[in-house]
Amino acid sequence: MNALATLQPVQAALALRAVSKVFASRPLLRLPWRSPTTAKRVVAVDDVSLTVRKGEIFGVLGANGSGKSTLIRLVSTLLLPDSGTLEVFGLDVVRNELRVKQLINRVSVDAAFFKKLSPMENLLYAGRLYGLRADETQRRGLEVLDKLGISRKVAFNPMEHMSRGMQQKVAIARALLTSPLLLLLDEPTTGLDPRSKKDVQRMVLNLREEQDTTVVLTTHDMDEADRLCDRLAVLDHGRVIALDTPEHLKQAGGSMEDVFMRLTTDEEEAA
Amino acid sequence: MMIFAPSPPKRVPSRETKNIMLAVGRDLNIAYAFFERNWNLIRRYIGWEIVWIVYSLVNALTILFIAAATERITGQAVDTRFFVLYLLIGTTMWSYLSAVFDVVAETIAWERWEGTIEYTLMAPVPRWLHLIGTCCFAVTYAVIRAALIFAAVALMFNVDLGHANVLTALIVIGVGSICVIGLAIVAAVLPLLFTERGAQMTFVIHSSLLLISGVYAPIDVLPNWLQVLSPLSPMTYVLRAVRAGLLEGAPPSAVGGDLVILALMGVALIPGGLLVFRAAERYARQTGRLKRSG
Repeated sequence: MNALATLQPVQAALALRAVSKVFASRPLLRLPWRSPTTAKRVVAVDDVSLTVRKGEIFGVLGANGSGKSTLIRLVSTLLLPDSGTLEVFGLDVVRNELRVKQLINRVSVDAAFFKKLSPMENLLYAGRLYGLRADETQRRGLEVLDKLGISRKVAFNPMEHMSRGMQQKVAIARALLTSPLLLLLDEPTTGLDPRSKKDVQRMVLNLREEQDTTVVLTTHDMDEADRLCDRLAVLDHGRVIALDTPEHLKQAGGSMEDVFMRLTTDEEEAA
Repeated sequence: MMIFAPSPPKRVPSRETKNIMLAVGRDLNIAYAFFERNWNLIRRYIGWEIVWIVYSLVNALTILFIAAATERITGQAVDTRFFVLYLLIGTTMWSYLSAVFDVVAETIAWERWEGTIEYTLMAPVPRWLHLIGTCCFAVTYAVIRAALIFAAVALMFNVDLGHANVLTALIVIGVGSICVIGLAIVAAVLPLLFTERGAQMTFVIHSSLLLISGVYAPIDVLPNWLQVLSPLSPMTYVLRAVRAGLLEGAPPSAVGGDLVILALMGVALIPGGLLVFRAAERYARQTGRLKRSG
């Protein structure tokens, strides 16, 4: 694991060194008539070091609350680390925030859109935010939507009428529109029907083949992780407890799910 | 024999000028993203927009009918035309200024409601461009809304602006808008910091401004403890100076004092608001408050 984590930063799409993040649930203002509450500390990410190579599909596995989404949000600049450093293509995420933002994009578990707007209106908004002209966005947007099986007619109707699978495809189209060098996929297939799931998985593979995009993928689907990812990190209580290729992880025997069950703690047993 | 006159040398912009023009164009494109998005949202929520405009119009008419009936209610002689105009200025200005305030102050709250806060805030957009786009939309939207209400009410009440100094009013509205935008940027911080109650806190500021700024009555009639707060609201100066211009025909020089105060407030509130917003965003990123729901 250590050998894999010591790639030179310039060769790495993403490099995390001793990154930690703790949340303390303390109210910003305490009303005088309310009794003081003790702040609850949650260690979301605990001293995580790892390196993701250029062009790699890197999976992050872990139970609910293991710190996967926090890790993605730290790379997305939506959270500041308490300690440690994060670098995207050699750029520090905190110090070079704006430049890092230009290199990345993210698809989260819940397709975050203005649902009253059409896919094209949402893409126009996203395109402008990333410096694309309207005509360029319209052309590229229609191209990408077409590849994803979304017709022109649907592209101009409000998104609220679309299924979750279709919305997730638009979310992926939005991310592809800006040609990110590093794409963060936070449980992109959770809650999708098998066909939509397959479509999304195919798109992830195409992305790497056609655009050499580096992908960091968090998922609960062990088969998906096994099939798509070049390497996998398993998180448990914010710590990386395993990092290797799916083949090596499975060497001890069993499926990816067996590996996951062996490595991670059962909350009830731990209690 | 044909004579070819030498064509005048073309002025080719230097590489530096081209780069500056490209950068400005790119920034304008980014700022326009927020304008266009909000405009599209208004189009898609057009039913609600019509409801709000009708509600505001009915509200304004109700208030003006009170002015029109004052003589009958009190049994005493009142300059009804003056009173109607006094309240019409109040109601139109409030419609304009509160719309500017609301759109800017609810920037973050909207994103939370729609669930897009994370997407918008992780985009490579400097916050000042985000706010410029939002503020341009806020002013455009508020002007259209207030103009519609003013036109409808003016038709019903036969308003006479023959003695008004419109230039004074326009200058005051221009300078005052900058102050209100600055105040709204500060208020926009609340939904950023308080994920669940922030929008409610913003509404408290909105309604407090209505009470203390002299929208429908001079601030002298307020109790002393409330009058102390009135000078803190930029709307107080805007309303006083616009009324001086439209009711008394005062030239811009006659409202110079109010204009200076508004300009000073604007100079303090805009950069101050941006600094406060930046600090709040950093705090929100430290504590994990940039989430779609509380």
